[in-house]
Formats: sequence, structure tokens, C-alpha cells
Amino acid sequence: MIKINGEKKELANINLLDYLLKNGFKTEVLAVELNGRIVKKADYAVTTLCDGDIVEIVSFVGGG
Amino acid sequence: MKIFVNGKAVEVETNSKVCDILSGYDVFVRNGYGIDKNSLLAEGDKIIAVKKGEIPDEGNLKDMILSRNGEVSKRLESACVCICGLGGLGSNIAQMLARLGVGSLILADFDVVDPTNLNRQNYYMDDIGSLKTDATARILKKINPYINIVKKNVFVCEENILNIVQDADVVVEAFDNPKSKALLVNILLEQTEKYVVASSGMAGYGSSNMIRTSNPLKRLYLCGDSTSEAAESVSLMAPLVSVCAGHQANAVLRILLGQFEI
Repeated sequence: MIKINGEKKELANINLLDYLLKNGFKTEVLAVELNGRIVKKADYAVTTLCDGDIVEIVSFVGGG
Repeated sequence: MKIFVNGKAVEVETNSKVCDILSGYDVFVRNGYGIDKNSLLAEGDKIIAVKKGEIPDEGNLKDMILSRNGEVSKRLESACVCICGLGGLGSNIAQMLARLGVGSLILADFDVVDPTNLNRQNYYMDDIGSLKTDATARILKKINPYINIVKKNVFVCEENILNIVQDADVVVEAFDNPKSKALLVNILLEQTEKYVVASSGMAGYGSSNMIRTSNPLKRLYLCGDSTSEAAESVSLMAPLVSVCAGHQANAVLRILLGQFEI
């Protein structure tokens, strides 16, 4: 089980970048935190989400 | 008993009213709150007394400007906030922080004021063509001449972000472009210990109540509705942009005062 933005998901050992792309996120407008630590953009492709992980994804939209 | 009027100690009789000792003034402020001329004075009261229409000497002006902000003024005076982007959000946030008496602001923007900015940004006709850093500095000095301003007339990018924000206690992300928003937030959360107050989603004229402040990541406060993106049919308009700017300015204020709950 992985908690993503407060929601429990029946997932384990999934690549972060794969998850983001499959779920329609545009990586260039994201900030992602894994277990309280920000994930560097360059590390999305080499980060594996494991059982018990807590993930927060913030996606920015334009305007200001 | 001793009270203070416009910074000066005055000895008055116990149970004196404001009007017993202060004539010729129209506005009285005690502890950030306007009081009536018939109010009873107490030992140690700090009263700001103002005569309407008269510009006071410089020694009193600063206290008068900030008197309504109460005791927190002192704590804000030593603070430094960096505002990245001086558009609809940044120009309005800068104005609010100046009114609060935040001591130092770092203003970062590469752009000049153009006529299409006037629908929501805190500029005037005669600012058109000015650098936004210059125009904002000019306006802030008219509101609060005591504010210390550092202008960074640059396009904020990966290479210069850390240098620009170096002296700031809190950084405000007030860009328009979502990639720039994400870039700034990522770098600051990755490479600094600073608090970041960012924005996402305030276009159009949806309900004001959709604009909220959240704390989704450690040290990140996010204001907006997260979805209302500026687009051809959904323009950025003064009310919601101002509501969002208010959320951001208040988030900055709360962080500076050690209130980290949302």
C-alpha cells in the first residue's frame, strides 16, 4: 500500500516516473515529496515507490 | 501615571481620559486599535495621536504608519521577504507586506509594465514602460518610505535563484508560468531550508471560497484552487488574483510570526 496525496493505493514497487506519466502528470510542472523529502526531478526515473511510502504530488497550473 | 504619546513619555493623572490630555488630535490608536477620545488611559499605554490632514515629522511618521499593525510591527521590521514575480500576485503581495511593515523586500522580475497589466496588477498608467522592479519600488516607497528594497531586474532561472533569495527568510513564488513555479519551488525545497509561499490556480471568476491555503509539502505553503489555469477563455482578473495574493501575504505574515498551522 502506498499513500499518494492522502489516498491509499494498492500499489508496490512501482517506478515514480511511470506512475506520474500513467496518471497524466506533466513532470515539468510538478514538485514531489517522498516520505517528507523532496525528490529531485532527475531522480524521478530512478525512484521506486515501495510498500508504506507516503507520496505528495503538487502540480502547478499557470496564472499569477 | 506614565503613558507614551507618539513615542514620548508623558506623566498624567490616574483615570485620565484621552481627551483630557490630548487636544487638537482627531485619531487615536492604542495597541493597534483605534480608540475613542473618551477612552480611559492606563499606566504604560502607548498612544499614537494623529491630526487629520497634517503630515507629521519623520520621527513620528513611521510609528503612525505602522500603529494599526500593533505589537507585531517590531517583529516584522527585521524580516526579509523575497518576491519572485511582480505580476498580479507579486505586485499586490509586495504592497501588503509594505503596509505590514516588513523591513526588507527583495523584488525579482525581468519585465516592464504594459497596459494589459492594469486589469489586476498594482500599477498605474504612468508606470507603463517602467521596469516592474522600479515601478513596485516607487509605489512601495510612497506607502512606507522606511522599507528597504533590493531590486533584482533579472529573469529568475536555475542559475541565479539561490543568489537572489540568499538573504530572504521567506520566499514568495508569484510567477505566471507553471514551469517557472515548479522550478523555483523544487530548487528552494531541495537546496535551502527556506519557507516557500507559492500559488496555483486563481484564473477566472469562480467562487472566492475555492481559493485556499494548504501546506502540501514540508516548508511549502500553496495558495489557490489548484485547478483554475489561465487560458484563452479563462483570464486572470483582479478579484481572484487579489484574493490569492491576500492568502499568500497572510501566509508570509503567519510564518514570520511563527504560526505554521494553515
